[in-house]
Amino acid sequence: MSTHQYKNNGDAPRIGVYICHCGMNIASKLNVAELAEYGKILPNVAVSRDYKFMCSDPGQEMIQKDIQEFNLNRIVVASCSPLLHEKTFRQAAADGGLNPFYFQMANIREHVSWVTKDFKEATDKAKALVSAAVRRVAQHQALEKKRVPVHSDVVIVGGGIAGIHAALTIANSGRKVYLIERQPTIGGHMAMFDKTFPTLDCAACILTPKMSAVKNHPNITLWSYSDVTKVEGFTGNFKVKIKRKPRYVIEEHCVGCLLCVDACVFKEPKFDDEFNLGMSKRKPIYLPFPQATPLTVLIDPETCLQLKRGKCKQTCAEVCERRAINFEQKEEEIEVDCGAVILSTGFKPFDAKRVPEYGYGHYNNVYSSLEVERMVNASGPSQGEVVLKDGSKPKSVGIIHCVGSRHAKTNKYCSRVCCMYSLKLAHLVKERTGAEIYNFYIDMRTPGKGYEEFFDKLLKEDVNFIRGRVAEVTNWAMTAKEEGKLIIRVEDTLIGSPRRIPVDMVILSVGLEAQADADEVRRMFGISCSKDGWFTERHPKLAPVSTMTDGIFLAGACQGPKDIPDTVAQAGAAAAEALALVDKGFVELEPDTAFIKEELCCGCRTCIGMCPYSAISPNLEKGVAVVNEALCKGCGTCVAACPSGAASQNLFTDEQIFEEIEGVLTYA
Amino acid sequence: MHNEPFEPRIVAFFCNWCTYTASDLTGISRLAYAPNVRVIRVMCSGRIDPQFVLKALRQGADGVLIGGCHPGDCHYQEGNYKCLRRIKLLKRMLAEMGLEDERVRLEWIAGSEGDKVQKVVNEMTEQIRRLGPLRLAPIPVPHELVEEELAMAGAEEA
Repeated sequence: MSTHQYKNNGDAPRIGVYICHCGMNIASKLNVAELAEYGKILPNVAVSRDYKFMCSDPGQEMIQKDIQEFNLNRIVVASCSPLLHEKTFRQAAADGGLNPFYFQMANIREHVSWVTKDFKEATDKAKALVSAAVRRVAQHQALEKKRVPVHSDVVIVGGGIAGIHAALTIANSGRKVYLIERQPTIGGHMAMFDKTFPTLDCAACILTPKMSAVKNHPNITLWSYSDVTKVEGFTGNFKVKIKRKPRYVIEEHCVGCLLCVDACVFKEPKFDDEFNLGMSKRKPIYLPFPQATPLTVLIDPETCLQLKRGKCKQTCAEVCERRAINFEQKEEEIEVDCGAVILSTGFKPFDAKRVPEYGYGHYNNVYSSLEVERMVNASGPSQGEVVLKDGSKPKSVGIIHCVGSRHAKTNKYCSRVCCMYSLKLAHLVKERTGAEIYNFYIDMRTPGKGYEEFFDKLLKEDVNFIRGRVAEVTNWAMTAKEEGKLIIRVEDTLIGSPRRIPVDMVILSVGLEAQADADEVRRMFGISCSKDGWFTERHPKLAPVSTMTDGIFLAGACQGPKDIPDTVAQAGAAAAEALALVDKGFVELEPDTAFIKEELCCGCRTCIGMCPYSAISPNLEKGVAVVNEALCKGCGTCVAACPSGAASQNLFTDEQIFEEIEGVLTYA
Repeated sequence: MHNEPFEPRIVAFFCNWCTYTASDLTGISRLAYAPNVRVIRVMCSGRIDPQFVLKALRQGADGVLIGGCHPGDCHYQEGNYKCLRRIKLLKRMLAEMGLEDERVRLEWIAGSEGDKVQKVVNEMTEQIRRLGPLRLAPIPVPHELVEEELAMAGAEEA
């Protein structure tokens, strides 16, 4: 995009003003016709119009036609936020033959029509914003976008089903992927599930082939048990630092034969097994689960005698013929360059202890849903048997929905997956135990392909459904029938009366929450979070996998609660967006960089200390400061600091902002 | 002193990444607020030259609101800290000049805090209303709608 190819419609500004109705979004809240009339009397305005949808094709064509007809050399569009459509209209101006930076937007939707109650007040405020834009745009300069090459590799953070799917999609296109997972194995939460709803596919059967495909793909570098520690750079050119935690087992040597585990001086497993949520035990040297990828054991330094006390017979190392065990292994730091990053860091299940009235952690037979997922899994702690703490099979089970979700005290939002997985668990538990099952729900939310049908199936399987939020779970028996049982107290809102349902086992369908360190990750990658901690997408409808930081994309539940089909679909979308960026080969950067007017610079070097990117250096010969455009990110901090007014910033010059200030103070 | 109700004129400078995004969210969430504040977007609160504030006050604003990212969250690492220092100094200077330094307010508003924009704008409007007009400049009406002009503009178009 170079300046010379654009029309030169004279030096004196000839401005076109376009007021968008945005359907009724703007038009019903302020007087668009009056605003367009007002535009006509503003200085340098050659034409001013209003139109239903400026961002539509006819709207954009209107601008292009007017550029020719009225010899316009500046454009103002008053519509939505520039964060939404600035690019659209800059392109429209460019297509009409103007330099795209001879354009200014006035935000009269987000900042006026949607937030102002009074019709006249809204019209007046919009006039002030249009006046500001018109005055500002007269000061605009023709600018060029910088083109910088893009690194073609992609880093994916988080190896759950989202990260796995995105990695495979990108790797299959021929691009190189670094998949970073903090756990010793990829697979995420999906690897912990037994069956998936509504098809009742075995989760492992559909996931493990994808996991080994990741491990074996020539274009994927898998670093498990690793954390991202630092991110630098910008779209197309990121530098990501990764810390590889020591496994004390050399990954390249280990073949997963597990002889070392058998040989460990601990004859019996003694320590809580994280993968089974502490419901079974493991040794200090262990494989997280049989299908772990990479299929590499690791040693827990907290429990291994050699690592803890430096004293052990090291029977594990002795038995390993491949000499894979290395107690000297140290943390490693690696830096990789990449063009795009996909965050797929997932979620954490809600901690049911935060709802003490349901007795989790207090009563033996109150389980969280994920614990039951492990229990019904054939490779889980009870080999697929659903049993109570005393080893017997439950004869009745209550499943409580919305634990931690849809409640002002915990999380207001619906976690989206609990209804469906509760139905699935109801089916699986009934299948394994034949128990009487009660589902306690507030709303049944089954909006997905085959989901409502699955609900119907459960109804036919004679599962009981009771509508009402459960008040509490107790063991206070009032009748002989309740003796030794857990009693669920609930108001059945369909019959309109409180009930007591005695059961042997309670399953709490916990909701989904953002990861505990989501805020840290957000900061590291320079993106934003919603109040609940979910990463925020650029636009909820039109840019659901992009973030406000170009080149960083989102996949899966780190963006909000999602089931597996949605997660995979989004991961595919994130992969496509990342590929679209890295395959293009270059990115165009905003020209909003700072520059020094040499004739005004007195060489005081104030700006040099201000720059967070070391983009300014002194030219000793001339005694002035020089901005390196390639390093400047356009914050303008140096410009605000310059005592002699020598520093300036493209798109945000003092003159432009002064005009804007005068413009917004025009009270019509 | 200022008993007659008056509508404060407030200029706001919001950074592109946090507070401007938040004020868009206020709109998307349809949270209505006082119409007295007009927003000027800058890329970073670190770009806000104290002269912008002085210019706004001199040009007829009764107050100036500045919004940046929370400390530690600046898109440009630490522009908001630089803004904080400058505005602190400026407020000291305003007081020296006999202006109420409450006319300038600095707030950290994250992209997700649409409701905070609403709260801060309403509070600021009320606060300036209590302080009364600054009136360093008359209310500027530089482009009065003159019927004649309008008629001419209409004729040109036809």
